[in-house]
Amino acid sequence: MLQRLLMLGLLTAGLAHGGEAPGRTPRPVVEPATAGTQCVAPPEVMRRNHMDFLKHQRDDTVHGGIRGAKFSLKACIDCHANQKTQSVAQEATNFCVSCHAYAAVKIDCFECHTSKARTVAQGAPK
Amino acid sequence: MSRRGFLGVAAAAIGGVMLAPGIQLIEIAQAAAGSGPTPGANPKVRWGMLIDTTKCEPGCNDCVTACNTENGLDPKPTPTSSQWIRKVEIKEIRTGRASSVPVMCQHCAEPPCVDVCPTGASFKRADGIVLVDRHTCIGCRYCVMACPYKARSFVHEPLTEQVPDVPRGKGCVESCTLCVHRIDKGEKTTACAEACSKAGHGAIVFGDLNDPDSEISRRVREIQTTQLRADLKLDPGVRYHGI
Amino acid sequence: MKTATETRNYWLLVALGGLVTAIGLGAAHFMELHGHIVTGMNNQVVWGLPHVFAIFMIVAASGVLNVASIGSVFGQPVYKPRAPLSGLLCVALLAGGLMVLMLDLGRPERLVVAATHYNFTSVFAWNVILYSGMVAIVAVYLWTIFERRFNRYTKAAGLAALVWRFVLTTGTGSIFGFLVARQAYESALLAPLFIVLSFGWGLAVFLVVQAVMYGWNELLLKPEIQRRLARLLGIFIAASLYLVAVHHLTNLYFARQEAFEAFILLGRNGGGVYPLLFWGGYVAVGSVLPLVLLFHPKFGDGRSTLVAAAGVIAGAFAWLYVFIIGGQAFPLEIFPGHVVRSSFADGAVDHYVPSLPELLLGVGGLGVAFVMTVVGVRVLDFLPRDDAAKA
Repeated sequence: MLQRLLMLGLLTAGLAHGGEAPGRTPRPVVEPATAGTQCVAPPEVMRRNHMDFLKHQRDDTVHGGIRGAKFSLKACIDCHANQKTQSVAQEATNFCVSCHAYAAVKIDCFECHTSKARTVAQGAPK
Repeated sequence: MSRRGFLGVAAAAIGGVMLAPGIQLIEIAQAAAGSGPTPGANPKVRWGMLIDTTKCEPGCNDCVTACNTENGLDPKPTPTSSQWIRKVEIKEIRTGRASSVPVMCQHCAEPPCVDVCPTGASFKRADGIVLVDRHTCIGCRYCVMACPYKARSFVHEPLTEQVPDVPRGKGCVESCTLCVHRIDKGEKTTACAEACSKAGHGAIVFGDLNDPDSEISRRVREIQTTQLRADLKLDPGVRYHGI
Repeated sequence: MKTATETRNYWLLVALGGLVTAIGLGAAHFMELHGHIVTGMNNQVVWGLPHVFAIFMIVAASGVLNVASIGSVFGQPVYKPRAPLSGLLCVALLAGGLMVLMLDLGRPERLVVAATHYNFTSVFAWNVILYSGMVAIVAVYLWTIFERRFNRYTKAAGLAALVWRFVLTTGTGSIFGFLVARQAYESALLAPLFIVLSFGWGLAVFLVVQAVMYGWNELLLKPEIQRRLARLLGIFIAASLYLVAVHHLTNLYFARQEAFEAFILLGRNGGGVYPLLFWGGYVAVGSVLPLVLLFHPKFGDGRSTLVAAAGVIAGAFAWLYVFIIGGQAFPLEIFPGHVVRSSFADGAVDHYVPSLPELLLGVGGLGVAFVMTVVGVRVLDFLPRDDAAKA
């Protein structure tokens, strides 16, 4: 019986990702993205490398004119925008801002890029 | 626990851990069914514009309004607002002949703004479009000093509600992009040219100057055109007829 | 041995300079937070009062090292004891000028980008290397002076500093000289003009600082040294005036430059403040008056020299204001022979009015130079000592 329970527990633990263990360390609120989608890379990879992916892609886009590639910022925002605010940076718990505030890494992306998803951003072609 | 029991538990745990990424892969494949990346700037192309000022009415601002809407610019500009295209009303002093001329970044082949930019943020793309890479721009405004056409604007205040395809912000310099966000996606023309055609004036033609069969190439072969401040030998990609 | 009063006075000066600098930094922060909309600058005049201060300081920094060059490279004995102070002022002015320039950027937080992305066709990019290199070379030069066993390298270091200085000031003049678009600039003459201007402005700053320090420390400058320095300043003023005159006379010869020259020199078309600053500021107060004070037999004493040097500095600010801002206020001529009008101020003269944050930032740069000089003179042996007698 105990063995079966242990097997079940380990199987579940293996399948579940991002399971938060309760502890004394405050964690950022990671809002779930649009239901039914999966990010273009695993969370662990993204957490460590998203800045490099974006930085490399932005040169391809601005200098090379390649739009809509794998790490398109607009595509990130479309999926990760909060349901209510439709933004990734408007409120303190929205996707980009919550982790960046937690890590105390200031980003200036949204001084130029709109943080709103494409369907609702003002001025977006309807 | 027996040895077999332990091995069974370990196998189940490993199985769980290994299955999980596999399940993720299947979901990614289903999600990424949309279109792939665009091909990018083509070095064989040189984008340019032909503006027939004989078809421009003084007081008509269709091109300016279209540009403002497309790029999220200020519809009622102040001296510190960005203006990527403006209508300049000119009158020759000696003869009194008046014209109405839309002026924007001329997308020179030898752009002085690119020469003077200390970080290389102001650059000329492979297809001839002169752009500002706002990731690298430090806002020194040297390009604004260098441009002979007053094409560049400096963003003087924090901006919000940008158009998703046109990121722009405080402290950087910007100018007409020949609607590069549209062109890259395969659209055939800029917002200003489209608005001018739709309104029935037909004063602005956009196209590939390197393609001898394009409409713009045929027209510049037929009619007399001029480049602004041609004596500076910057070879702008924008040509004017009627001035 | 420093007395209690001297120490107290020192700390008061540092506090004063520190306060001026802090206010300047606060103004820069205000500008960065709200954007340049809080300044008087707009899309026609993009370089305003901070640039006037910054370019004065940078050009004067290059010129103030002249005193050291004349001593170390050309071997004139009277200038040798003045070399250390000259070097200190060079670094201090350069630091102040660069601080103002960098804080006036639209995105000052991107300085790392400026240091790592280089477009070598840009004079600005070259200047980043030239300015930082100047500080390093002057530091090495000062070290060869202070470290007695390296004194034999002083001449070589001085020569390196001289050559670097010429390249640097040529670069500063070329920032404007390479701008083919604008009628105020686009001239090869601007590089040598800036070099000669640097000689005059640098020596004027040196004379003011020296006079103040000597007065503060109750030292007496020997009359023959004072007269020699005064005569040199006079020569530099005359040379500058000559090159400025040649620049304008040549422009007046070209029909296409006539409207711009009339705007600057006569105030035609709404250029009201520019002829005032040019003729009254640069020519009268900045050149003619100092020449009289320096060469007329009735004057020529220490006090006249100080007033003349102050006049040169005032004239420098006036000339730079006309050059930098007047050059932008006059509209670009995209359609020669036409009258033009648009929503983007085509054909219209811009009426730039400097704002308080800009002034505070510029003065903050002067504050940095001041603090660095005061601390330097206190901590190390920068004060010129040529058997100066106590007054």
